[in-house]
Amino acid sequence: MKEIKLNLPLSESDVRNLKQGDMVLLSGTIFTGRDAVHKHLYDGKTIPVSFTGSAIYHCGPVVVKENGQWIVRAAGPTTSTREEPYQATIIEKFGVRAVIGKGGMGQKTLEACQKFGCVYLHAVGGAAQVLAEKIVRVSNVYMLEEFGSPEAVWELEVKDFPALVTIDTHGKSLHNEVTASSQLVLDKLIGKSK
Amino acid sequence: MATSLSGLVTPPIVAPENQKLFDMVLELIRRTSTDLPKDVRLSVTEALEKEKKETSGEYALKVIQKNIDIACGKSQPLCQDTGSILFFIKTPVAFDQITMSEICQAAVAKATELGYLRQNSVNSITGKNSGNNLGPGSPTLYFEQHRDNNIDIRLALKGGGCENVGAQYSLPDTRLGAGRDMEGVRKVVLDAVFQAQGKGCGPGILGVIIGGDRSTGYSYSKKLFLREIGDKNTDPVLAEFEDRILKESNEMGIGPMGFGGKTTLLGVKVAALDRLPASFYVSVSYMCWAFRRLGIKASVKGEIQQWLY
Repeated sequence: MKEIKLNLPLSESDVRNLKQGDMVLLSGTIFTGRDAVHKHLYDGKTIPVSFTGSAIYHCGPVVVKENGQWIVRAAGPTTSTREEPYQATIIEKFGVRAVIGKGGMGQKTLEACQKFGCVYLHAVGGAAQVLAEKIVRVSNVYMLEEFGSPEAVWELEVKDFPALVTIDTHGKSLHNEVTASSQLVLDKLIGKSK
Repeated sequence: MATSLSGLVTPPIVAPENQKLFDMVLELIRRTSTDLPKDVRLSVTEALEKEKKETSGEYALKVIQKNIDIACGKSQPLCQDTGSILFFIKTPVAFDQITMSEICQAAVAKATELGYLRQNSVNSITGKNSGNNLGPGSPTLYFEQHRDNNIDIRLALKGGGCENVGAQYSLPDTRLGAGRDMEGVRKVVLDAVFQAQGKGCGPGILGVIIGGDRSTGYSYSKKLFLREIGDKNTDPVLAEFEDRILKESNEMGIGPMGFGGKTTLLGVKVAALDRLPASFYVSVSYMCWAFRRLGIKASVKGEIQQWLY
């Protein structure tokens, strides 16, 4: 499979050129953000960091402190659909260009990707070690006290972080396609097909 | 079942005479979090061989296989979601289970400090993370006595992504046209696989309980994860049913991570419990490919005799 190397921050044309099924390798700064921070931002609160052109990674890493330095021990994606109620607003309001997670997202996010220029990148769920190896360093952490370690916003420097484009800016979603094709098989199997 | 329902968050102090048991449980946690059992590894390898080359599904399985090797080599958590901590412990008659549960709690807190477990225990009212995986309901300990002089302790770590796609059905289910018979059970189990899509980090393993009540259905469905992937159900009817569900689930083509592909499930385990005449539950637990499960046979002093799986 062809791999496309991209440097963060991403421009609108960077992401508009991507197609569902493309494999990308991301380098630069990404931010982890999951349930607590999505609700926080959606509710109109802020955190002291700019997400413009950046990637939000749905991830609650295992991070330990060694000799005063944060070290990421494991960092795979978490299930993205939980952020479906918030994601579209956050893409629009904060200029996020890529959402990294697993399991795909719904119609509202797909439409926001099309309208504002953002892609959904699927990392391999559970592959916490392969992905942690792509993290060069922890640059900063926000909301650690308030949200606890898994929910905090970790600012990470990554090199060649691998993910698959499963929702692009052209309205295509691998998740919709697989759901539709498996629905046909299921209907046949349980005798619901016409 | 004994859990830390008191809301205890300070790890219990382990008496010097129990140090060996503590070390044993800590080692069990470390290995379970970082190293997959042989049967799961074999199953992933077989799935990779079967998958169509140069596809997203094959790519996902390759990453999965690489991840398994790195985690084991570095002794770091295979998946960052180190999950619900489920201990299944059999002890000799008259063995002190209260002390054993305190040893397990202390070992969980230590394993969290060492980074083998993520800080994963969140107060549901305040949203505060206890920071050491101790809290009401965490860890979960299922104790049983057995007529044997040794301890059999098994641990499964079950991540939240796969826990979220578990499902419980009450038959009859009109939406699916599922009645109170094995055909009805088959329909709802296939629906659970369909609903899960890739969200449970497939290819997954199902634990299915037919019957029971709402709580026994789910808790026994998790006990089925103590079975090895390649084993055969001793009940011929259920053995055939397991094979059929596996085959039909894979026909759906959801594939690794929901990317599409040949392997949607690695295995299916089914058992039946008696039910009330008025109830007919089917409880489905989904385990992700990161199927962390190991066990130890040891003396009551904590001398390891054998690693299980």
